[in-house]
Amino acid sequence: MIQFENVSRSFMVGGQEVAALRDINLSIAAGDYVSIMGPSGSGKSTLLNLIGLLDRPSSGIYKLDGGNVTALNDEQQARVRSEKIGFVFQSFHLVPRLTAAMNIELPLILAGIPVPERRMRVAQLLQNYGLTDRADHRPDQLSGGQRQRVAIARATSMHPSVLLADEPTGNLDQTTGREVINLLEQLTEQNVTLILVTHDPAIGGRAKRQLHMVDGQIVSKTET
Amino acid sequence: MLFPDLIRLTTSSFLAYRMRSFLTGLGIAIGITAVILLTSIGEGLHQFVLAEFSQFGTNLISIQPGKTQTQGGNVGIFGSVKTISIEDAQALRRLPNVEYADPSVSGNAEVRFNGKTRRTMVIGGGHDLPRVMASLVQTGSFLPDEDPTQARALVVLGSKVRQELFAGQNPLGSYLRIGGQRYRVIGVMEAKGQMLGFDLDDTVYIPAARALELFNRPGLMEIHLSYKSGADLQSVLRSITTLLIDRHGREDFTLVPQEKALEVLGSVLDVITFAVGALGGISLLVGGVGILTIMTMAVTERTAEIGLLRALGARESQVLTLFLGEAMLLSALGGLAGLALGVGIAQGLHLFIPALPVHTPWLFAVLAELSAISIGLAAGVMPARRAARLDPVEALRTE
Repeated sequence: MIQFENVSRSFMVGGQEVAALRDINLSIAAGDYVSIMGPSGSGKSTLLNLIGLLDRPSSGIYKLDGGNVTALNDEQQARVRSEKIGFVFQSFHLVPRLTAAMNIELPLILAGIPVPERRMRVAQLLQNYGLTDRADHRPDQLSGGQRQRVAIARATSMHPSVLLADEPTGNLDQTTGREVINLLEQLTEQNVTLILVTHDPAIGGRAKRQLHMVDGQIVSKTET
Repeated sequence: MLFPDLIRLTTSSFLAYRMRSFLTGLGIAIGITAVILLTSIGEGLHQFVLAEFSQFGTNLISIQPGKTQTQGGNVGIFGSVKTISIEDAQALRRLPNVEYADPSVSGNAEVRFNGKTRRTMVIGGGHDLPRVMASLVQTGSFLPDEDPTQARALVVLGSKVRQELFAGQNPLGSYLRIGGQRYRVIGVMEAKGQMLGFDLDDTVYIPAARALELFNRPGLMEIHLSYKSGADLQSVLRSITTLLIDRHGREDFTLVPQEKALEVLGSVLDVITFAVGALGGISLLVGGVGILTIMTMAVTERTAEIGLLRALGARESQVLTLFLGEAMLLSALGGLAGLALGVGIAQGLHLFIPALPVHTPWLFAVLAELSAISIGLAAGVMPARRAARLDPVEALRTE
């Protein structure tokens, strides 16, 4: 469902062109669990941003569900992000002034989902992630683990087919990190494609497919 | 995005920075207060002045001697301005649609009674003068409707003159001297108060022919003519012109309809109201700059949040709407506060200084609020566009 054909991405840094991704060919099937590992600066995040349609390749073609999404304009890409892609970030990225419930509701609000359905979905998500009694708390009143659970609930509120997690455990202690990984892994059982960027081999090693990146290229693929 | 959600999201950021939002809104509030206060006073003055003039009725035409020529210069030997006479007034009175035509001439003279002397305004007029002045006779009667060329020496007193010269006594039937001639008092007018600085009660009224003699004038200063309400002003003006040209042989007079005079006065006062409103508008602009500043800061502070919204599927236009909405909310609330404050201060001023007329038309309030919102919109455009155009990847990287 995710297909990269000769995708490259380069940036201009100080008048010089720096390649962040070189000629990536990659194919990820629906329901796959993929981890992307590699040292910093190896292009992991750039790859993830390209998959998440936050960035555009300098050359090459990206097909999502068979359609060429590189050809879409900004507005169409926003719709694809809204309907198909969920993001989980290292620093949670919760809106500090909104309650947990409203943070979860945010993608539904932006997509214009009618109020009754929104309420139902949010209540269900709060329950699924054990946050019902935290619904009216603001992010600064939540623990790190709870914050990341809110973020995961938010990422899944639109029932995306792809979930992109960029170092989701980076700001958590080991136990909470393990819990978060478990929650993400459970989603793959519901046929969600999970793509996880990490530099922790212990976490990355759990994925069925592991991609190792160095210097903008995928140097090895491990299948377990 | 549904509209109630837009409100919910914009209010959430409004509430998150209470103090800052309050101060920014205050900038707009002060601007609107200034606009409303100044225009309320301007409009109050407008209505006050117009009421002063229109108390005499609006279907009045003033006929004055002399013709305003665009070429200017002295008429010299080629002709002389023929004065308007009492006979002209009598002729005008017989025109169709004319209710009355009252001759008028005025000046100052010494009035003496019983050893007391007072210098007052003397107005020479006819029987219909009370209708021109919109005043009433208190005791006795006004000048009789008699042949004005054979006018008897009768006088009607203004209430102040009566008080000063006849304190406590009944003046009716007494004789007083005006400029050396004896006049019999036949009536006293009701108190009328001041108009634009003239004390209308410090006046005596005598027949026009007598006044011409007293002031040694060849002709009248003015004829006050009232036409029937409902009659066409233009046709009345035409018949007056025809008649007077017929009598004078040339157009050596000027007709000033009250209606036109009020229109001109009204538009002058409108300009004044607009000008003071524009002065207040300057402070409104300053308030707009405040919104611009605060929204620019907000975009910088919330860059990561903007990146997140984009990642969650927000379109550029939605980010734009959110930030424009915030700017408009700030200015709309500030505007409402300013309206309340402006009307409150205006009414308070009126309460403490009753002589100061204030009036706030609904239209001004609505226009002021609309201009507050548009200023918020204008001030919000630049920061909101910056927010919408942020690169999501860059934006997410900021902490």
